Amino acid sequence: MTQLLTILLDGMSYGMVLFIISVGLTVTMGLMRVVNLAHGAFAMIGGYMATVLVLKLGVPFLLACVLAAIAAGILGGLAEMTVYRPLYRKGELPQVLLTIGLCFVAIAALTFFVGPTPLPAIVPAWLDQMVDIGFRLYPAYRLFLIVVGGLLAFVVWLIIERSLFGARLRAAVDDPQMARSVGMDVSRMFTITFVGGCALAGFGGAIGAGVLPLEPFYALRYLVYFLIVVAVGGMGSFRGSLVAALAIGIVDTAGRYIVPQFGGFLLYLLVFALLLWRPNGLLPPKSVA
Amino acid sequence: MTPITQNPPAAAVPAQSFKPSMLWHALPWALAIGIYFIADGYHGLGTNIMIWILFAVSLDLALGYGGIITLGHAAFFGAGAYCAGIFAIHVNNDPLLGLLVATLFAGLLGFITGMLILHTRGETLLMLTLAIAAILYEAANHARWLTGGDDGLSGIRVAPVLGLFRFDLWGKTAYLYTLSVLFVWFVIAFFVVRSPFGRSLDGIRQNAKRMRAIGTPVWWRLVAMYALSAAMAGTAGALMAQTTRIVGLSSLELLTSGVVAVMLVLGGERRLYGAFIGATIYVIVQDLAGAISPFIWMFVIGFLLIIIVLFFEGGLMGIIDDVVNRLKGRGRKDQRS
Repeated sequence: MTQLLTILLDGMSYGMVLFIISVGLTVTMGLMRVVNLAHGAFAMIGGYMATVLVLKLGVPFLLACVLAAIAAGILGGLAEMTVYRPLYRKGELPQVLLTIGLCFVAIAALTFFVGPTPLPAIVPAWLDQMVDIGFRLYPAYRLFLIVVGGLLAFVVWLIIERSLFGARLRAAVDDPQMARSVGMDVSRMFTITFVGGCALAGFGGAIGAGVLPLEPFYALRYLVYFLIVVAVGGMGSFRGSLVAALAIGIVDTAGRYIVPQFGGFLLYLLVFALLLWRPNGLLPPKSVA
Repeated sequence: MTPITQNPPAAAVPAQSFKPSMLWHALPWALAIGIYFIADGYHGLGTNIMIWILFAVSLDLALGYGGIITLGHAAFFGAGAYCAGIFAIHVNNDPLLGLLVATLFAGLLGFITGMLILHTRGETLLMLTLAIAAILYEAANHARWLTGGDDGLSGIRVAPVLGLFRFDLWGKTAYLYTLSVLFVWFVIAFFVVRSPFGRSLDGIRQNAKRMRAIGTPVWWRLVAMYALSAAMAGTAGALMAQTTRIVGLSSLELLTSGVVAVMLVLGGERRLYGAFIGATIYVIVQDLAGAISPFIWMFVIGFLLIIIVLFFEGGLMGIIDDVVNRLKGRGRKDQRS
């Protein structure tokens, strides 16, 4: 029982990090129909930036995470306006390749400035302790991740489901042509969403460095997980990405606890089976369902 | 340049009558043989390049001609490599037999997975191919008793080719061996993409619904092309295993799938020869820049990719075509129809 709860908590905190990073990807992929393999690079940029800020300049942890999010958002906006725009009209292969190219450039640049060794996880002292949660002592950092992830999910939900911008966004995901023809500025929406998604990714990369360790190939290594969240949840579906991220976090953690000899095998097999069964994911938006 | 590199419609004309421009086809092979005699000390690099060319041509069949969007082609490369390695260690170390077994194994894998996934399209297909490669990666990582896990599979000994040509220390045999295998596969690919089967895939890529409407068994054609491409990738992997005598987990990585796609697009897809140029440049740049710092080549390649996708969709072969066309004052356009 204790072990089961531990797996659940570990899986949830891990899933929350996946959610924070991937939610931007699911919305941009659903909205813009771009296969964006560079999303992990923005998370990586955020993580690297926060780590450097904390270790070299002594910036407080939370502030560093927010600054990292802002930086990742700005870079995301610049990338959207320069290299992503021409991509919308192209096929999947050019999209895949250009974004892999971006990934390579980001990896090379970060390694050039920061160095080729993995970075130490930045967990501040106030999080680096054990908390009594009734049945066992549990790392405060992981509880913190669950709380922050939950809060962010709530905020994103508010924006998407309760604001005018969110209503427009959902309309554009469901039917971009119709959205355009009723006078919405869909390309401006693209940019804003992209900036938001990248900022969240940067934040997730910074705050989740203790779960997804920062290293030069971060942008490619964890990309598979982010893409799985998007594909399993259903492209463009906010609720889907939350459910998928938590499920993947828990399944992956459970797999590693209970049958360590299979490792990630179980997860990929489940994803494979699930995508064969429901090619559009668990909770696809109306446009593709 | 050559009629085939011109444009797919040009190839529709049966190439029976001899034209002087067909001599271009001899160029890469003449170069490869010439390099064998002059480039002492670089045979290993040359072998490596040819293996990647074979792998990239295999991707060209699936991705370029078949239009099957995949990010998991390393699955077949790695499967072929592990199969050849394990076969050589545990069963028989004859290189040609090992090559055949690995090719059939990868082809079968491509056939089975292709049947499962090729009814999907777009991002879902991309994810499924990715998942297959990831499943194989995890399987190879955990089956230590068979694959050596993350230490890699080592101790591969390969008998002389045909019992005559021993694999020497300088890699000269490996070079010619790889060149011959590449040539055989290239001839197969060359005729497949010009066959009615290849033409039907052209149609499927451009408009699958229409092809289905006129009675083409779309799914079967895609599965067949995917299996053929997988078999070819398996051969490339097997060559890598036999010539380097080690197989690492990296042969199944996402990065490997990405790199081969990069090579293909760098050279230009749907041209077969594009793979030649792309793979050659990639491996040489990696070799040169990698000597300074492994991250410089990532920057160079990444930057090149962005430029090519944004400005030169036909890849480097497309640029060459443009230049040739301009020099000829666009006289080719009339010839084409």
